[in-house]
Amino acid sequence: MRNLALCLFLLLAAAPAFAQAPLSLEPSSFSDPALELRARNLQRQLRCLVCQGESVDESGSPFAADVRALVRRQIAQGRSDQQIENFLVARYGDFILMKPPVQPNTWLLWLAPFLVLAGAGAMAWMTVRRAQRRAASS
Amino acid sequence: MTGELGQLALCFALALSLVMAGAGLYGARTDASLARAMASSAALGMLVFVMLAFGALTYGFIVSDFSILDVASNSSTLKPLIYRISGVWGNHEGSMLLWVLVLSLYAGLVAFLQRGGPRLTSAALGVQGLLAAAFLLFILFTSNPFLRLDPAPFEGAGLNPLLQDPGLAMHPPMLYAGYVGLSAAFSYAAAALIVGEEAIRQQWVRAARPFMLIAWIALTCGIALGSWWAYYELGWGGFWFWDPVENASLMPWLVGTALLHSALATERSGAFRTWTLLLAIAGFSLSLIGTFLVRSGVLSSVHAFASDPTRGFFIMVLIVLAIGGALALFAWRAPSLQGGAAFEPVSRETTLLLNNVFLMAACACVFVGTLYPLVLDALNGTKISVGPPYFAITFAPIFFALLLLVPLGPRLNWRRGELREALRSLYPAMGIAAVAGLAVLAIATPRSLTAVGAFAMAGWLIGASVIDIRKRKGARAAAFASALAHAGLGVSLMGVTGTTLWRSEALEVMSPGQTMQVGPYTLRFDGVTNVQGPNYNAQRAHIALMDGGKESAVLEPERRLYLEQGQEVSDTAIRTTGLRDLYLALGDDRGQGRFTVRAYVSPLAPFIWLGGLVMALGGILSLWGRLRVKAPEPEKAASAQPIAAE
Repeated sequence: MRNLALCLFLLLAAAPAFAQAPLSLEPSSFSDPALELRARNLQRQLRCLVCQGESVDESGSPFAADVRALVRRQIAQGRSDQQIENFLVARYGDFILMKPPVQPNTWLLWLAPFLVLAGAGAMAWMTVRRAQRRAASS
Repeated sequence: MTGELGQLALCFALALSLVMAGAGLYGARTDASLARAMASSAALGMLVFVMLAFGALTYGFIVSDFSILDVASNSSTLKPLIYRISGVWGNHEGSMLLWVLVLSLYAGLVAFLQRGGPRLTSAALGVQGLLAAAFLLFILFTSNPFLRLDPAPFEGAGLNPLLQDPGLAMHPPMLYAGYVGLSAAFSYAAAALIVGEEAIRQQWVRAARPFMLIAWIALTCGIALGSWWAYYELGWGGFWFWDPVENASLMPWLVGTALLHSALATERSGAFRTWTLLLAIAGFSLSLIGTFLVRSGVLSSVHAFASDPTRGFFIMVLIVLAIGGALALFAWRAPSLQGGAAFEPVSRETTLLLNNVFLMAACACVFVGTLYPLVLDALNGTKISVGPPYFAITFAPIFFALLLLVPLGPRLNWRRGELREALRSLYPAMGIAAVAGLAVLAIATPRSLTAVGAFAMAGWLIGASVIDIRKRKGARAAAFASALAHAGLGVSLMGVTGTTLWRSEALEVMSPGQTMQVGPYTLRFDGVTNVQGPNYNAQRAHIALMDGGKESAVLEPERRLYLEQGQEVSDTAIRTTGLRDLYLALGDDRGQGRFTVRAYVSPLAPFIWLGGLVMALGGILSLWGRLRVKAPEPEKAASAQPIAAE
């Protein structure tokens, strides 16, 4: 057992993780790593409208390049993430957000998995109770 | 000539599938041994003719017979032989023919093995025949691969360059083996509902189990292969995109996994009998829905070759009939199933039930996430995106909860288990989990709770599996198989976490001789040469991996321009140590010999697919144990029943 723990530890030790200032598709970027990180995170939340489900961060399309430039410009102007998102949604609609907003027409989307979980859980509970009664009576 | 032969073979296959459907269903009666023999022969005959048709189309592709429309629009003489062959299923018509070929192979296997006795087999063949007939009609009327083109062109249009890749040549057959393999489970489930006698009905799970396993193994491999392809081909190092087409293959996998676990309980203790039936129906239904999503053009992607509304409509009718029919049969017959096992709340049965609860909820996430935007768009034209952040919030925690319970299941006895004892036997696994979590906390940057949790979880899963394997030396293959499959989950989890959280990347415009740094690596750009491929022109970069001022390796990522389509595709260069990947993609030409180069270092990336492989190995081992031992437990009197019932 101890060997295994050791192996696991070595394995983790051999896979060091590097925190590097990440770069975007355009080599030119913010000199401040915090702003750069903000831009990258925001870009990942935005969908490239002309691609197949790629985010603005990954896509090589001109549209994505434009949005990246826009995000960076607005960050440089000191606008918040929320303000930038609102600006883009006003222009392109909710479609541009990778994470669908929570609003009346997406309530079902957000709740459905947990409703299924609750429903299935309740059914499982009843099944177990029935099985237990059967076990008790036999 | 071959085209007409293929067409004729398809027509014969259709006729035989109808014979198989009629005779098979009739053969479910006690006194119909002649019909049963006929159904089996028809299944084997259909297999022969579908193979002929498939062979004819393949021949057309190999010799580049451009008088066949399908070949002319999807192949070319310039392609290497392997891609001329894989081009057979790299298009809508051919891929549907492959679908029917796999369906016929399973039907042939069902007829050959006669698992569950003649009457159950016969009814299953009947259902399989109905499915085959529906798909053959679909092919003949909306997607005929043998249509002629006159005059024949001198050169074909070629295959989508993204699909010209060895990984993707194997991906569709693998995935289809999984999708369609679930049809055998579906057919057996329907057969169990059709055949009235209780003694025969009880046979279906045991009869269908090998098919479920084959399907699950193939799906696991197919999904892993597809994700690996996306990783090295799409050029930015991602491995899973929550793309609707990927989701379409994930849903049957989730339900198939649930089915394997539920069927285990049904087989061993008679629990969840109706539920297992329903799952078998749901699994194949999701395969059909996946086919519809991918093939109808509702979703556009590299997978959607066809955007033809008649085809979409036809598949939709087919789905409604298959699922509706099966559910109607279920509603009609299932209430007569003698139900209900007796077990305590702490027991193997309960853990298998919880497995199903979480897998269903996980599947619901994927289902809703995939279909909700489509439905919303159809209802009032509102467009929303459901991207990775949605699945990170819904799918991830549900799956995480499932993983937490995984090691517990195999340690509880059937009917009545000892929770305390089970937990005690898991102390070492808890230790490993703690060590793994703390190690990540200590060494990994950036610090993240997710990483700590994920590695603790991986340690928990792998640790428990190792205890299992050590403790149960010489035990049944089944115990070993489940330990392996569960360990695979842990391995994949490490890969996913490492790649997602700790990837470092660099992108620079490089002039020849310039160096760049990514993670621990120093790379020197040595310029680009032009290379001529069989059907593409490529710019090949030479990038030296420097090790203390010396060159230790040369990586050569390419940018290929496929001539027929005028499409550019990047061919990445990946160098792996097994623990991390160095991943290079060549970007734009910036003039004067300067190019953008994208580099990633993905820690633990190979573990993602290694884990998939380990899971699949677990499945193979289980299958092997299953087929080696004919009738493992005499605990059920029913196992001798099918012969007696005749």
